Amino acid sequence: MDEEYDVIVLGTGLTECILSGLLSVEGKKVLHMDRNDYYGGDSASLNLTQLFRKFRGDQAPPSELGRDRDYAVDLVPKFIIASGELTKILVHTDVTRYLEFKQIAGSFVYREGKISKVPSTEMEAVKSPLMGLFEKRRAKKFFEFLQNWKDEDPATHQDINLDTATMKAVYEKFGLEPGTQDFIGHAMALYLDDDYINKPARQAYERIVLYTSSMARYGKSPYIYPLYGLGELPQAFARLSAIYGGTYMLDKPVHEIVTDSEGKFVGVRSGSETVKAKQVIGDPSYFGDDKESGKIRVFEDGKVVRAICILKHPIPGTEDADSVQIIIPQNQVRRRHDIYIAMVSSTHNVCAKDVYVAIVSTIVETDRPEQEIIPGLQLLGPIYEKFVSVTPIYTPISDGKADNIFITRSYDATSHFETVVEDVQDVWKRIIGKDLVLKKREVEVVEH
Amino acid sequence: MSKQLQFKLVLLGESAVGKSSLVLRFVKDQFDDYRETAFLTQTVNLDDGTSVKFEIWDTAGQERYKSLAPMYYRNANCAVVVYDITQTASLEKARNWIRELQRQADPSIVIALCGNKLDLAARRQVTQEEAQKYAEEEGLMWAETSAKTGEGVSDIFTRIAKKLPTTAQPASRGGASRAGATAGRAGVDLNKQQRPSTSADQCNC
Repeated sequence: MDEEYDVIVLGTGLTECILSGLLSVEGKKVLHMDRNDYYGGDSASLNLTQLFRKFRGDQAPPSELGRDRDYAVDLVPKFIIASGELTKILVHTDVTRYLEFKQIAGSFVYREGKISKVPSTEMEAVKSPLMGLFEKRRAKKFFEFLQNWKDEDPATHQDINLDTATMKAVYEKFGLEPGTQDFIGHAMALYLDDDYINKPARQAYERIVLYTSSMARYGKSPYIYPLYGLGELPQAFARLSAIYGGTYMLDKPVHEIVTDSEGKFVGVRSGSETVKAKQVIGDPSYFGDDKESGKIRVFEDGKVVRAICILKHPIPGTEDADSVQIIIPQNQVRRRHDIYIAMVSSTHNVCAKDVYVAIVSTIVETDRPEQEIIPGLQLLGPIYEKFVSVTPIYTPISDGKADNIFITRSYDATSHFETVVEDVQDVWKRIIGKDLVLKKREVEVVEH
Repeated sequence: MSKQLQFKLVLLGESAVGKSSLVLRFVKDQFDDYRETAFLTQTVNLDDGTSVKFEIWDTAGQERYKSLAPMYYRNANCAVVVYDITQTASLEKARNWIRELQRQADPSIVIALCGNKLDLAARRQVTQEEAQKYAEEEGLMWAETSAKTGEGVSDIFTRIAKKLPTTAQPASRGGASRAGATAGRAGVDLNKQQRPSTSADQCNC
């Protein structure tokens, strides 16, 4: 370990692995370390033994659950939105050759005590109980307006300026009912709270377009998911980095972030060894309590409660779907933030046959977080095993330019990886000083 | 009728035993100028008309600090575990890799133990008897090779090709014959959807 690197990366979560993959391709000499003996950090997928070790100490998993190796239980409930930025990075870097994806079978939304499918086709929309007949007509006009919008063609704007008009004003113009607004804002634009309503409509427009174009891409739901769990994603990017010369060390404790007298980054100490590099990137867990310097580098920006639930049946009311997202909009359960359920199963090679793994999550609003997810837990039916965690969301205090210490963000409560990619782009710009540009790669022609 | 089969082959073994050189010899019939490559493929044609395509995964150095990802072993149909016949310790490491394969890989995996650097036989430390005995005990294929001269290289890959099941599913991207991928809903191909619209695509409408 006496070599000097361009960048040391700490933690093998998805954010860090995408960065080290892209940096290695760019020609940087990267050393990537993780204190755990597995890849993925907080975005890992664990087998049963690892899962029980993490949540239950010495308790062994019940043999009834089947073989250890059949399990890859995600710690963070997220899906990949088909037309999003992560998909672009996966294709651009060609790591898709290490991965295989399947669709998520359906997306559901909770309304007045029951769940209904988010329509994925016009036929489903016509039959959907989510809106009355007249409301459907109004909603149709609203979606046509969004679909036809062209920035350069004022005729498509219907006197609305997306950059100044609030989303509230847009909803009102089309006369949409509060229940429909809830559905659009939470089940399609995927806002976790209602703050967006009083902001300019542009972002909501873009989020609805992302959702509908993702839905149109493969049908059924806007989401795709990697076989063998989300933990495959960091592994694939780590492999990309390794192929371009990145050095990998798992199971490596990090004892100190070494800085010079001005506080600038010098290296990372593990035991008695110190490895030097020009810059360091890491997840917040490596910068939380630097006892040596007493320096605080991250702050807590809320908490997320997540309950990983092992079920022996599909979720009731989902037509026995093998994988679903269920959104409980905050208004429906008198909260400030939505409750999400993400469920996958053996179809995605993440658990034994006839087992279903659902994660119920939300942003913590009270001092009894487990109580807050009860409306979600109640939708699941009997729960075989439940592992609850309350995780702080950390944000770096500084941009790292002054000390060459670049800290990523914790995984938030959103249902897909778009905020992870935003973090990657943000860190990249801070490190390289330029925007991350994904060049178009040659498109593979698939033979029929 | 000729049959085309595709399998995922992983390389294992201590650093500097010649894993990458062995593959370079097999795939390109070269010895020098190895540049780490993500994904190499090579097809072996068997006498019965079957062609076996190997999708070869190199460790990319991730074995150095025991940091190979589970993804590496996943759905591997065959493994070539390499040791250096001039280094006794490298056979010991090979035994560890074989134990790791038995723990992590599919139980049906075909494993070949391969003693490389046969061109340096004058400096041999590992006897043929010792390695062969171990291979027999563990039910592994065994061979000695020289990536430098090419001796024994295509032979061991052909032997592996013959031993693989003839009924395997064609490999999909991300690994050969994934059991789950064939059951239920078909997977989605991110690359395929990126194609620009051409007249050929319209048959799907």
